[in-house]
Amino acid sequence: MPSNSISRRDVLRTLAMGAVGGSVLHVIPLAAAEQAHRMVKQEKTQSPSGAYKPKFFPAHQYATLRVLCDRIIPADDHSGGAIQAGAPEFIDLLTSENKEYQVDLGGGLMWLDGFCSDRFDTTYLKCSAEQQKQVLDLIAYRKNAQDDPGLSQGVEFFAFLRKLTTDGFYTSEIGISDLQYEGNTFLREFSGCPPVPEVSD
Amino acid sequence: MAQVVRSPRVYDVCIVGSGAGGGTAAKILTEGGLNVVMLEAGPPLDPMVDFKEHVWPYELPHRGAGVGGNALKPGNGLEEEFLAPTGAWTIEGEPYTAAPGSNFRWFRSRIVGGRTNHWGRIALRFAPVDFRSKTRDGLGDDWPITYDDVAPYYDKVESYIGVFGTKENIPSAPDGVFQPPPKMRCSETVIKKACDKIGVICIPSRMAILTKPLNGRPACHYCGQCGRGCRLASNFSSSQVMIPPAQKTGRLTLITGAMAREVLIGKDGKATGVSYIDKASRSEKRVHAKSVMLAASACESARLLLNSKSTLFPDGLANSSGAVGRYLMDSVGSDGIGYFPQMAKVPPHNHDGVGGMHMYMPWWKFDRKNDFPRGYHIEFGGGREMPGVGMFHETCDLFEGYGAKLKQTCRSEYGSYIGFAGRGEMIPNNDSYCDIDPYTVDQWGIPVLRFHFRWSDYEIKMAKDMQETFRGIVEAAGGTYVTRTCPDGDNPFGIADGGVIIHEIGTARMGSDPKTSVLNGFCQAHDVKNLFVTDGAGFVSNPDKNPTLTIMALSWRASEYLVEQAKQGSI
Repeated sequence: MPSNSISRRDVLRTLAMGAVGGSVLHVIPLAAAEQAHRMVKQEKTQSPSGAYKPKFFPAHQYATLRVLCDRIIPADDHSGGAIQAGAPEFIDLLTSENKEYQVDLGGGLMWLDGFCSDRFDTTYLKCSAEQQKQVLDLIAYRKNAQDDPGLSQGVEFFAFLRKLTTDGFYTSEIGISDLQYEGNTFLREFSGCPPVPEVSD
Repeated sequence: MAQVVRSPRVYDVCIVGSGAGGGTAAKILTEGGLNVVMLEAGPPLDPMVDFKEHVWPYELPHRGAGVGGNALKPGNGLEEEFLAPTGAWTIEGEPYTAAPGSNFRWFRSRIVGGRTNHWGRIALRFAPVDFRSKTRDGLGDDWPITYDDVAPYYDKVESYIGVFGTKENIPSAPDGVFQPPPKMRCSETVIKKACDKIGVICIPSRMAILTKPLNGRPACHYCGQCGRGCRLASNFSSSQVMIPPAQKTGRLTLITGAMAREVLIGKDGKATGVSYIDKASRSEKRVHAKSVMLAASACESARLLLNSKSTLFPDGLANSSGAVGRYLMDSVGSDGIGYFPQMAKVPPHNHDGVGGMHMYMPWWKFDRKNDFPRGYHIEFGGGREMPGVGMFHETCDLFEGYGAKLKQTCRSEYGSYIGFAGRGEMIPNNDSYCDIDPYTVDQWGIPVLRFHFRWSDYEIKMAKDMQETFRGIVEAAGGTYVTRTCPDGDNPFGIADGGVIIHEIGTARMGSDPKTSVLNGFCQAHDVKNLFVTDGAGFVSNPDKNPTLTIMALSWRASEYLVEQAKQGSI
């Protein structure tokens, strides 16, 4: 190992202290944030399988989370999907630091398996592709919970996970270029709105 | 061996706080020849290290969501992970409390420059009528000074810090010394057209961001991230624009990590200095000065006064009126979001612009009778901004589903949402004030503030009007208004909790009567002639103009007065 004066553990501890207290004495310095990011990335590439070790979710739940993220934002002709964008890692990190997320997401994943067990006598992961689709088609819409109140917790859980997955995806390089965002540069002049019917005229 | 006993150095002025009020004072006082010591509770700032203007979300460990998703919590609106490290809603070891039934949130900054490192840069003058509130409608009180007293100082501040805008001749929004404004973004052309249609005034905003170079500071490079702090100082912060010229005089001694505890008082009832906690050594130290100027933020300065009790001042310093801590006001805030299908036709292009709005709506209903007193302005923004956490939450709620279709929807919806923020004037009331919590101290042993806060019907009716106006503008533009608010509950019509807009002011108000006010028109304490308060505490009312520009103008004016008085030997 190169002689890095601060260890990854130190950096992560500083970061964790940082925004919890919010005190400027515990601020996330940019250099430390960048270093932490690099180290997480490095850790991922150095690990023989390229696998990420979840900070909160047990292996089975994390595997389920990954599948759900992939269903929510899959790869398509334009770009990769939520898994390539690191959304599951992002969600696991936030959840490891937030007790409410632990209940909402950890509990939500348990609810999902319980629901699948009642209907199909197995976990969500072990359901057939068709069964998985049936379940998601039920919990992906609020209207279904109005028709069947027994779905309402599942609908809540999925609505929350959908938001976090889009957060994870659209804050990644893949997601940002999928949207064709063209800013964050140095401009000499700002040229305003280009000609667009119904907008600039 | 004889020990050398040195008498402690006596500065001309001790300033507490390095933000808008303190920074301005430091510049004027030192340039006026006075020796100044400044106490700042936080660390020094290094823009090259601390500011994150060009950072991508994926370069941060939490991608901008903050630890545990803290930035996503309702009310935390600030992207804390991207912000210049200027403080937070909670500071470990430095609590504040709220009385039962009161919701109040206090954003504090502990760093050189204070909240000016991240502020919205919205730089609006008060109007002449704003200084004569009571004469106008019988509510609150008049200021002891008029627009004409302050106008020359608005000129000086704007000329020095750089503010863009346009001459419009609107009575509620006086013109100033302006640099040219930036061109409209697509989101702004859409809203401007809708406003013209329904008779809402929509004009270029007035922001403390350079569109032309000024005093060695380069013009904006349009990365759209002013709130994160600008390494090039193309926008205004006290740390980059006020403190450096003061340091250049050689007459500023800046002490960081210094948490002021008490203003020291001599037998003659005059201030002699400030006692502070040196955070690094956790020990008490003292600085001595011929005058003391508090600019620690309105509530922090009130806390310091209330905690400075002595036999001469048993109810706290400069508090013979009992007005210290009273008349606490924030801005009335209510927000909403509209969806605009035509924005989906906008091709990819660099939409960033300056950090914040290029256009805004000043109060436009000043010529008619409304359901509520005073007025509000509207800030708005949206379009093809840098993607970030929360950007597609509305899309998720509206369209639901998952998979390729959801992804396609996000792609086509990107840039189609525009958010609106109403910011209005609160009328001071007897239920809104801060006092010292009798049971709680912070980690430095200093008794903390306890907040009491209540919105009255005036503010709630104003929030209702904001919601109706947002809907009207969105629908006039052919969009869909997506925000839903309730007329009751804790936040009727989406009115933000007290303190959330971060415009808290009024806790040591000025006035011509020492029986009902703390300061005179020069921000000088009625009870203690060599004590000044130059943050928002001195405000008599809280017009719908973000307070920072006026804090600087009043501090500049008070500081010139103090320099004069010091030269004459009167203080």
